[in-house]
Amino acid sequence: MLHYLDPDRPETPRESAGFRIEKVSRRGFLAGSAAGLAVAVYAAGAEAFPRWPHGGQSMPHGVRPDPMVFVAIDPDGTVTLVAHRSEMGQGSRTSIPMVMADEMEADWLRVRIVQAEGDEPKYGNQDTDGSRSLRHHVQMARQVGASVRHMLAEAAAEAWGVPAHEVRVEGHRVVHGARTADFGEFAEAAMERPVPAFEDLAFKDPADFRYIGKGRVQIYDLHDITTGEAVYGGDVSLPGMLVAAIARPPVVGGRVKSLDASAAEGAPGVRAVVQLEGAGLGSKFAPLGGVAVVAETTWHAMRARDMLEIEWDHGPHASYDSGPFMQEMVATAEKPGEVLRRQGDPDKAFGEAVRTFGRTYTQAHMAHAPMEPPVALANWTEEGLEIWAPVQSPYVCRTDAAEALGMDAADVRVNVTLLGGGFGRKSKHDFVIEAAQLSKAVGAPVRVQWTREDDIRHSFMHTVSAERIEVALDGQGKVSGWRHNSVAPSILSTFAPDSGHQFFIENGMGHVDMPFAIPNVSVENGKAMAHARIGWFRAVSNIPRAWAIGSFVGELAAELGRDQKDMWQELIGSARVVNPAAEGYPDNFWNYGEPYEAFPIETGRLANVLDMAADGIGWGREMPEGEGLGLAVHRSFVSYVAAAAHVKVVDGRVTVPELHLAIDAGFVANPERVRSQLEGAAVQGMTALMHSAVTYTDGAVDQSNFNDYDVVRSDNFPRNVQVHMVPHGFTVPATGVGEPGVPPVPPAIANALFAATGKRLRDMPIGTSV
Amino acid sequence: MAKFTLNGESVELDAPGDMPLLWALRDVAGLTGAKYGCGVGLCGACTVHMNGTAERSCMLRMSDVEGQSVTTIEGLGGENRVQQAWRELNVPQCGFCQTGQIMQAASLLAENPDPTDDEILQAMSGNVCRCGCYQRIVAAVRLASTGA
Repeated sequence: MLHYLDPDRPETPRESAGFRIEKVSRRGFLAGSAAGLAVAVYAAGAEAFPRWPHGGQSMPHGVRPDPMVFVAIDPDGTVTLVAHRSEMGQGSRTSIPMVMADEMEADWLRVRIVQAEGDEPKYGNQDTDGSRSLRHHVQMARQVGASVRHMLAEAAAEAWGVPAHEVRVEGHRVVHGARTADFGEFAEAAMERPVPAFEDLAFKDPADFRYIGKGRVQIYDLHDITTGEAVYGGDVSLPGMLVAAIARPPVVGGRVKSLDASAAEGAPGVRAVVQLEGAGLGSKFAPLGGVAVVAETTWHAMRARDMLEIEWDHGPHASYDSGPFMQEMVATAEKPGEVLRRQGDPDKAFGEAVRTFGRTYTQAHMAHAPMEPPVALANWTEEGLEIWAPVQSPYVCRTDAAEALGMDAADVRVNVTLLGGGFGRKSKHDFVIEAAQLSKAVGAPVRVQWTREDDIRHSFMHTVSAERIEVALDGQGKVSGWRHNSVAPSILSTFAPDSGHQFFIENGMGHVDMPFAIPNVSVENGKAMAHARIGWFRAVSNIPRAWAIGSFVGELAAELGRDQKDMWQELIGSARVVNPAAEGYPDNFWNYGEPYEAFPIETGRLANVLDMAADGIGWGREMPEGEGLGLAVHRSFVSYVAAAAHVKVVDGRVTVPELHLAIDAGFVANPERVRSQLEGAAVQGMTALMHSAVTYTDGAVDQSNFNDYDVVRSDNFPRNVQVHMVPHGFTVPATGVGEPGVPPVPPAIANALFAATGKRLRDMPIGTSV
Repeated sequence: MAKFTLNGESVELDAPGDMPLLWALRDVAGLTGAKYGCGVGLCGACTVHMNGTAERSCMLRMSDVEGQSVTTIEGLGGENRVQQAWRELNVPQCGFCQTGQIMQAASLLAENPDPTDDEILQAMSGNVCRCGCYQRIVAAVRLASTGA
């Protein structure tokens, strides 16, 4: 049997505390003034806790390692921990509290979790994207846990009249000699202790971890998810609540030219038809506008929406046809672009080349299509605005909603439900602002429910791209020059007037940071204007860059008659720490917001995960007719991930009987959830490769639902996904996990498909059969 | 107004005959375990049982369920072997599709207690998981079936 959890794990309580969107109150730890006592209950002092620098403090509102904010202990000993990051399947709602619980020696079965409302000044940064949750909060979680442990020990020491350093804290108890007490007994006294400074803390020896690094903990919401009690965005109701369905302009920036709402207004259950002002490109997360039908039930709203007679003024993007647009982008990519990184003398390398070799790769727009389409409940009253919504960035949602309604953010509360998938879509809270506007307009609580068609047509799309790569080859067949021109409408067009050029964050995602040991490099960007709302999609620009670079390495190997793995190894070169300045990286090189000295590009780690994945799949073995192996490796979100795929073509259908993913993510707090993230990345990567294309005709999206925007299903998914993790102690900085699994999957499968069939496909999605 | 059996109890729901069962369950009966994912029978997030067989509740109208027996995830008992297997393997990621997956699997095993791998894959292929939990879903169905 496939076993993921350690068999001697703690059970989840049968009746889990569950997700009840309980509001956080300040019961529990309160700041006190009692003098601190020196405690040294654990061998590893603060000096032994390697506090690596990271980008968390540079995020808005930083990181707050404050037990007063995150922990409460009830007199019955129940430990309540606050989850401040949004949960969308990545597991941080379990993993961060799990780290706190372990470090404080709390019994996981006596821990309950409450979800933080959007309040970054209180909790620190809550923007749940960029694969940052554990990366930025694992140290903070240990500090919070250690602080509580110290405060409990000090409280017990004072009560018992013994030196604090003699008090042990273990297994949800404080212990001195024969004397022992439950956490609950000292909950109140511990609250009155001052919060220790980091320097005064002692930390657990990693050998004593109960949960960290063990894979012993079931996800906190498991019981409720399996019984239907888990609360997602559409599962919250208020008395008197109405439901809205909105007809949005088919073309972004479009407006209502004329409206006949009489049939809809007369339909059963309809309470109001409300016209909403919209905004075009460059307006951040502002709603698109349109016409809302507000009704007693979802069905009434959806049915009456279909009765609206609307004539649209489609606005400036009505000529967007994605087919011809792609041809233009390919032509742009095949011409010189604006140079972003220049190393050595690429012109000379190409001028003196014995031969050159170039290929162009493309990718279509993608919609995130989380299983839960956008949905939000808002209740506007004279006193303020309260929101319940599945949002990735609840505090920005709060301030944006306040701004949209002309309110003070202090009068807005955003309660975060579970997210039925996010993938970046729910960082953009246009749907929440719609609900807020409608609640104010009709004077009742309003839930806005997007249909699947709404979701696919009105997403913030993954960009569309053309990537041209050329190499110069010298007399020894070695790559002496590299030119990569990346052309794609930029996410920046969602925030500012569109320059047509990608910006430093996109450039940092597998483009200027191309890590190969090639002496002459030109990394370029060509112009492409946005005609759709462009947003970030799990792994973002790394998907097209890894697709292009990974496929190109496979093609180059075939062209030169080389083994794919040898080709990768030669390009990666010997183990080195990349010196960005020496290799011509731009001054604004973006390292996922991390300080470079703590998170450098280490090619040895790249080569190592490649070896692990290749070994896993049995690289080099003879494959039967119609089957093949393929490799790809990519660094993103400061993690290193390699994919090794086995493709088997069955009656023309491309199947993936086995896929190995090897990840180096530094210190891993919850390996079981890393595994699940990578299993999911294999599926989502295969979906991107084979299925995902949103296309436009006359400015409007052609697709509508899972019939024409299908995804990988259980009848053809990557079977037998095996995940390999590079083991590290708490000395190697934790890096990203949610996103970096995706990028190497499409090129690894495509390289395996080439090995199986000799067919090279360069345009994603490639379809499901050959 | 439709009269039918819901999770073992006779109920009368104040919903028009053309309302999909999904929205009647969610908006009228207050049972939110069945999820809206596509509205047209393409994703399986809304799967319930009608007379013991998996059906997409978004495709059933209230007029279709008149006099029938409907079971939702809330009526599955909580300790059904499929639910237990799901917990044993920590299957979900975001969890949104999982009630539908579980209802589909329970229906499969009721009809075919010992399905082959291919039968599991085919039976579950109408249930989309965008997080990509399929490997564990298939393993959990097998675990619920064979205990291993």
